[in-house]
Amino acid sequence: MTAFGKLFRTTAFRLTLVYLLLFALFAASLLGYFAWNTRRLITDQITATVGEEIGLLSDVFNRRGLRGLVFAIENRALRPGSNLYLVTTPAGLAVAGNVGSLQPGVMATTGWTETAYRRLDEQDKTDHRALVNVTELSNGFRLLIGRDLEERHRIFAIVASAAQWSVLIVVILGLGGGIFVARRVLHRIDAMTGTTQRIMAGDLSGRLVVGRSGDELDRLAENLNAMLERIEALMMGLKEVSDNIAHDLKTPLTRLRNRAEEALAKSSNESEYRAALERTIEESDGLIRTFNALLMIARAESGQARDNMADFDAAEVAQGIQELYEPLAEDNGLVLGVQAEPAPLHGNRELISQALANLVENAIKYGQPRPAAQPLGADTAVVTAEADKTILIEARREGDRIILGVIDHGSGIPEADRTHAIERFVRLEASRTLPGSGLGLSLASAVATLHGGDLTLSDAQPGLRATLSIPARTGEGLAAPTPDVQQNGA
Amino acid sequence: MAGEHLAALRAGDRHAMVTERRTLLADSSNQMRLLIIEDDRESADYLVKAFREVGHVAELASDGEEGLSLADGGDYDVLVIDRMLPKRDGLSVIGSLRDKGNRTPALILSALGQVDDRIKGLRAGGDDYLPKPYAFAELLARVEVLSRRHGGPAEDTVYRVGDLELDRLSHRVARGADELTLQPREFRLLEYLMKHAGQVVTRTMLLENVWDYHFDPQTNVIDVHISRLRSKIDKGFERPLLHTIRGAGYMIRDGVR
Repeated sequence: MTAFGKLFRTTAFRLTLVYLLLFALFAASLLGYFAWNTRRLITDQITATVGEEIGLLSDVFNRRGLRGLVFAIENRALRPGSNLYLVTTPAGLAVAGNVGSLQPGVMATTGWTETAYRRLDEQDKTDHRALVNVTELSNGFRLLIGRDLEERHRIFAIVASAAQWSVLIVVILGLGGGIFVARRVLHRIDAMTGTTQRIMAGDLSGRLVVGRSGDELDRLAENLNAMLERIEALMMGLKEVSDNIAHDLKTPLTRLRNRAEEALAKSSNESEYRAALERTIEESDGLIRTFNALLMIARAESGQARDNMADFDAAEVAQGIQELYEPLAEDNGLVLGVQAEPAPLHGNRELISQALANLVENAIKYGQPRPAAQPLGADTAVVTAEADKTILIEARREGDRIILGVIDHGSGIPEADRTHAIERFVRLEASRTLPGSGLGLSLASAVATLHGGDLTLSDAQPGLRATLSIPARTGEGLAAPTPDVQQNGA
Repeated sequence: MAGEHLAALRAGDRHAMVTERRTLLADSSNQMRLLIIEDDRESADYLVKAFREVGHVAELASDGEEGLSLADGGDYDVLVIDRMLPKRDGLSVIGSLRDKGNRTPALILSALGQVDDRIKGLRAGGDDYLPKPYAFAELLARVEVLSRRHGGPAEDTVYRVGDLELDRLSHRVARGADELTLQPREFRLLEYLMKHAGQVVTRTMLLENVWDYHFDPQTNVIDVHISRLRSKIDKGFERPLLHTIRGAGYMIRDGVR
């Protein structure tokens, strides 16, 4: 019973019931219409033949008088299956015809009447129904001509039984089909439910079975699988983040704590306490900075920063960042240049600026030309020596993408390390001695991802080319950036 | 994001700053009346104490309703409002004050430091926004600038500090008899510093107001700009005007006064 209850509660089955009702109603009304039309047709036929006979017999009466009429009627009434005839005197006595009895008052009303009757030769049998017409002849006599309605009843009965059967067949077929369809759908849904329950229980790697028919359930399964894919990736990202946070925040926190303990145990005068406190504040500032960067990355990756999207020109961002960092680069013995062409963009200006700023800071930090890296001919050495000092910010449109790049001529990143370098907290061997949170490239990459683009690192021969590639703004309707958790490496 | 990089407030700097501030206040009688609306008892007490230490008057309200009634009734120079408060949200306190026509400058303190939250806070009628955790020096500098804005003189066309003169209309800068040539950005930097002459301006404030960036650079990029500006306006002159305030930021002021 529960199985049937479950079946009954399926949408497919309920829909079937609704359709069933509709079809039954449709069949019934179709048959009803048919029956009604048939009845009308028969009635029309009767009135036509009877009317014709009235005309004929009235003519006989007019030409040959009552006697002729009676003769003609007796003649006709004897034919088998003939019409009904009756002629009465003004006093109501039957003069001629084949009608044995009538409902009272029929002869008194002229025109069409439906009445029960008996034929003269069938006195013992039951009443029949007939459609009769009564006309008054000129001398007060009345003439009744009518036709039996047996045929009409018979046809009506056939139609009624057909109606019963067809409704019954519709119901049986409909119910059967409904149960079949519902069971089929139910079976597949049950399979899906089973999988999702396993996934909810913790097995995120589970996927729904996608059939080959490409129907709506398959499409649903495909979409759910894509969703699961995304959830799994996000979960992995989250796990990675929390692991990294645990590691990279716990380390400085431990240092912080150790220092405080040490100061408490060993410091003997105010200046020592002061120095310990100073270091504590510095350390906590570093922690706050790391934490902020992590939050920012998380927000960018989860797409929350979409609220503040606006139209702007990436070339202006490039020029602004160049203007901000140019003195710093110069102080570090580098030249910061910019090559900017109009690059319309729709996005979070603040985040794009920060991403570019991070790339520029990296370039300034690691972009110092290698001191003795010119084993080649003297000519190239002269040329590259000049180029070595330059860091170039470029902004331009390339097809339907905006390229925001920073090119330095420092030591670069070995190809094998490039993808790795974008990951959170990764500080390549070469940079361990320099200050930094190790989050700059991750943030730039997260910002690119948020805008539907990516961050790539490539070789600038020598040096590093870091490129943010982001879909350009196209008129009013900007293609919605597709969130993609993968961070694209070189 | 903004604000933290300045938080390098060392204990020694703090001491120096307090002493310096006291002298400053004694000079110019720039004392402010502040209302701090903050529900966390410890941070509230710390703020009140720290503001009093540098010579300002600070009062405290510990929830939104109390804060609103105090702010509405009292004559404060600046309100420091925590964003998340019991009984009444910080933004709604500012909203009601503004609806009543109270235009007392308000600085919002918030644990939500992101750019969009900041924009929300400013849209609600706040005049400045500082994410937690913050350095007191940063808060103090911002509050003092807000207060000056509140009761200060109308925007002059020409700013003067000592013998340094900046004409905002003709973009002419001169020190004494010498005409100085500044890059457009250097001009804006100097303009902002001179607009708040005698007040500490933090690096974050400069990044926000001169460059309109609200992120947190990992490098000392502002310091480099300042040193460039300094080499133009102070180099070769006997009295330096552009001072570095340790642990806080910068200030332009006629040193002798």
